[in-house]
Amino acid sequence: MKEKLLEIKAKALSLLSDDNCDVEDIRIKYLGKKGELTAVLRGMGQLTPEERPVIGQLANEVRADIEKAITEKKANAEKAMLEKKLRSEKIDVTMPASALKAGRLHPLTKVQRELEDIFIGLGFSIAEGPEVEYDYYNFQALNIPENHPARDTQDTFYITNNILLRSQTSPVQVRTMEVQKPPIRIISPGRVYRSDAVDATHSPLFHQLEGLVVDKGVTMGDLKGILELFAQRMFGENTKIRFRPHHFPFTEPSAEVDVSCFACGGKGCRVCKGEGWIEILGAGMVHPNVLRGCDIDPDVYSGFAFGMGIERIVMTKYNIDDMRLLYENDTRFLSQF
Amino acid sequence: MNLSMKWLNDFVNTDGISIKEYCDVMTETGSKVEGYEVMASDVDNVFVGRITKITPHENSDHLQICMLDMGDGKEVQIVTGAPNVFEGAIVPVARPVAHLPGGVVIKAGKLRGVASDGMLCSIGELGLTEHEMPGANNDGILILDEEYFGDKIGWDIHKALMMDDSVVEFEITSNRPDCLSVIGLARETAVSFDRSFNLPAPVVKGCGDGDNVKNHLSVEIKAPDLCYRYSAKVVKNVKIAPSPLWLRMRLAASGVRPINNIVDITNYVMLEYGQPMHAFDYTCLDGSSIVVRNAAEGEIFKSLDDKDHTLRSSMLVIADSNKAVALAGVMGGANSEICDDTKTVVFESAAFNGPSVRITSKALGMRTESSARFEKGLDAENTMPALLRACELVELLGAGDVVDGVIDVYPTKRGITKIALEPERINKFLGVDVSEEFMVDTLRKLGCEVESGMITVPSFRQDLECMNDIAEEIIRIYGYNKIESTGICTEMTQGGRTPAQKFEYDLSMLLANNGFYEIQTFSFISPSFYDKIRMPEDDIRRKSIVISNPLGEDTSIMRTTALPSMLSILAQNKNFSNDYLRLFEMASVYIPTEEGKLPNEKKVLTVGAYGDADFFTLKTVTELIFNAFKINKVEYSACSDDPTFHPGRCACVYAGGVNVGKIGQVHPVTADNYGFDYNKPVFAAEIDVNALFEASEKNIQYKHLPRYPASARDLSFVCDKDLEVGKIENAIAQAAGKLCESVQLFDIYEGAQIGEGKKSVSFRMMLRASESTITVEQADKTVAKVLRAMEEKFGITIRS
Repeated sequence: MKEKLLEIKAKALSLLSDDNCDVEDIRIKYLGKKGELTAVLRGMGQLTPEERPVIGQLANEVRADIEKAITEKKANAEKAMLEKKLRSEKIDVTMPASALKAGRLHPLTKVQRELEDIFIGLGFSIAEGPEVEYDYYNFQALNIPENHPARDTQDTFYITNNILLRSQTSPVQVRTMEVQKPPIRIISPGRVYRSDAVDATHSPLFHQLEGLVVDKGVTMGDLKGILELFAQRMFGENTKIRFRPHHFPFTEPSAEVDVSCFACGGKGCRVCKGEGWIEILGAGMVHPNVLRGCDIDPDVYSGFAFGMGIERIVMTKYNIDDMRLLYENDTRFLSQF
Repeated sequence: MNLSMKWLNDFVNTDGISIKEYCDVMTETGSKVEGYEVMASDVDNVFVGRITKITPHENSDHLQICMLDMGDGKEVQIVTGAPNVFEGAIVPVARPVAHLPGGVVIKAGKLRGVASDGMLCSIGELGLTEHEMPGANNDGILILDEEYFGDKIGWDIHKALMMDDSVVEFEITSNRPDCLSVIGLARETAVSFDRSFNLPAPVVKGCGDGDNVKNHLSVEIKAPDLCYRYSAKVVKNVKIAPSPLWLRMRLAASGVRPINNIVDITNYVMLEYGQPMHAFDYTCLDGSSIVVRNAAEGEIFKSLDDKDHTLRSSMLVIADSNKAVALAGVMGGANSEICDDTKTVVFESAAFNGPSVRITSKALGMRTESSARFEKGLDAENTMPALLRACELVELLGAGDVVDGVIDVYPTKRGITKIALEPERINKFLGVDVSEEFMVDTLRKLGCEVESGMITVPSFRQDLECMNDIAEEIIRIYGYNKIESTGICTEMTQGGRTPAQKFEYDLSMLLANNGFYEIQTFSFISPSFYDKIRMPEDDIRRKSIVISNPLGEDTSIMRTTALPSMLSILAQNKNFSNDYLRLFEMASVYIPTEEGKLPNEKKVLTVGAYGDADFFTLKTVTELIFNAFKINKVEYSACSDDPTFHPGRCACVYAGGVNVGKIGQVHPVTADNYGFDYNKPVFAAEIDVNALFEASEKNIQYKHLPRYPASARDLSFVCDKDLEVGKIENAIAQAAGKLCESVQLFDIYEGAQIGEGKKSVSFRMMLRASESTITVEQADKTVAKVLRAMEEKFGITIRS
């Protein structure tokens, strides 16, 4: 009987090893109610009581082995079938995708936010102020009295004699200093207006971002430090900055600030017009008259301010040669950023 | 300011400094160089030659063959067509291969069979005009005078005509009028290159005939607040003539046109000393007097350029006993102009109040070299040296006899500025370590006196007032770029965006991330834009802030709505065959308040959609916003009275009872104003960003996830077609009370079975109790309440 059982097992496993076998047939043939193994087990009664448990155990083992083989076989068959089905579902991955319609921020907003985030990381907050502004904040409080020739550099739109469209974001500095005492660390981005006709490099409306830091012991070296950090974040780690003396009525000393050309690294190229440097900022130490006007004692506190045109940075960064594109809002242009 | 390097070398020696280095260093020390130009750099291989012999050309009746002595012993043959040549004439000769302005190249060749080894040049061919070369004209060859050029045969034309010069263009900032002069820039040059600065005092011999200026002229200043000082001298026996070549060429290099010796002298002194001067024809001064006074209101004045101006009483004039002869600091009058037969000249050298000159010149639209200097505030101490320099030049040029004596009325003297030198404070302020010795040395070179810790500022540096100014003087010479970068050592600051700023940031990102392109348009528009969007005549939004000096009508008022700009941009893009547009702009509008007060600047989100869009395209956007920022209690109410929008497809949007904006289809007539097709509707929304921010949830608190299952009940009603589903929905929610978790429309149907003018609406109501599983009885009771409410409110019953 033992031989019989082992023979059944060998036969069943051999049948199952054939890839094309019918698993269900084999199951019925060997394990079914009328199957061979069942038939053998029915003959157990003829065995001696000593033989019975031994054969019984062997029979169970044989059944388990066959069942296991059947289960495996079935699982494999299912796996193969799925595999076959999936292969038949093959797609051409090079076909075009159906696009989700993505929108975009305007390049001016994008760059403005990039600038804001750099300064926010350095502990600056964002101060805002009106675009329609009093002459006092736009000029007088910034050490530019009426009939001062410095007003010539900023052709201004006037509403009335003492209300104008701000020609710079600097009035926000004054408004901030009037209500907040040092330490002050702000940037003020926004729209400014100058009476320039529209052409490739001029617009009667453009954007500036200014910064102001006021506290005890603030030095011109600190100004340089902040601007260097900024320039490296904005234009790359190897960026250098250069100061050139200049005059702004509301800062003294004042400087124009160049950054080394990010396109050529300073060797001179088309982007920097062969100079190796790109003028990007105006900066300086806050004039004591401005501090005094805001009730901040220049003998106790010092500060620095800096400002840049966002359009200029956008145009330099993306190599845009005509400022008008920024305000034409052609989606073929906008979609590029 | 254009600076002739040759002129500069009268005061400071720049030998060994290349022009490039000069420009770089001057920029680094604060005199910004815009660029430089080598004079007549487009002229090359042109020399002075003398015509020794002229023979006629056999094959031409107008050509002549000239033999020339070029000073090197060899004879040169040149064929010319110019009739004004003669044997012995000294002429400019272009020798092959020569270059002339305009890209002209002169090569050896033959003219009608006769070899011509170059070309004789006219002034035009050398890039010159009659102003630099009086007496010459473009029709003939430039004939150089024997007296001056006789010993210059063979010279390069640059050297011979004193064009061997370079001109550096400086951008001088408004605080440094002293640098609008050769002397001022020479002082800066000397400090920048550590060279010595030589300023010789002008020497005037005078005619010594016992005559005195007081015999000729009296000066009275009636407005000492506007005229601080008036110095004058008289020159008699004047011989008006062209200035000598060197003076003409220096003026030309500086961009000033030479006219005659007396006028040229005034311009020369202005450029050299920075002191504008004026010369009057003495015989035109009635009463032999000069009175500096305010103009009479309405007084008519004819300026040198023959234009009439009506003056205001605030303007300052130089007058004689009867009439104004000059507009102080701006321009002289036609009535006292120097002319060819002028015999006696009065030189004026005066100091005027800067703002007054500025107001006058702006009001009359007369910006001159003189007014541009005066308005920046000139040094009154400079009038006398400049006046003497003019007289020195008169004698040098032999232009007349300088009458002895000087008139100098000086009623308003400026105080002397003294500033403490605080080396330690300056070093701390700048973040450098500059020695006191360097500071003192630098300040002295710049013209300051430094004595026992006190700086006395020179009169020509009125811009130096405080420690910061001194610090700048020191650091610009020491080197801005020697400042080491440092970190700020101050208190910490929080930094970052305010909640409102963050809201704006997130809002624009939300739109951009959902398919909308951001646009940026001008804040100023044309008043006609309001007509274009069909804004009613009496609409309060038509009241806008008006720009008094706009660039044009198109940009003349500050917009109270950004909708017209949005529609323009949509239309422009549509015209580029873009059939699918989703745009937004986040910008301020400017709502006028009180007269003389600033407007209210309101941030508005304007959204536009065109192509593959309907009303619900925009409602999806507002819903997205409400959802993203947890804005609850939102209501849409049909709006049919805004002519900008389609009367049947527009809604006012409310959040928590506050109007936050409007969305809708743009009225086809409005859309047509922008060139949109009737069949391709345009949609727009205007949303008040601040109102949205106010309505947004700022304090988000966690709510338990539901512990008990919900029960759904579907309700279908038949009602009038016009009854808004929003109203039914709200009524259901209200009637269902606390157990109602949500009400959602899931079907709407119109058809024959329902009946004409009717519709069927189906809602799914989710009911849930918070403390237990909702019972069938509870749910049935709620449904009954709802049905009752529907019956009472709208007279509608459940669809059987």
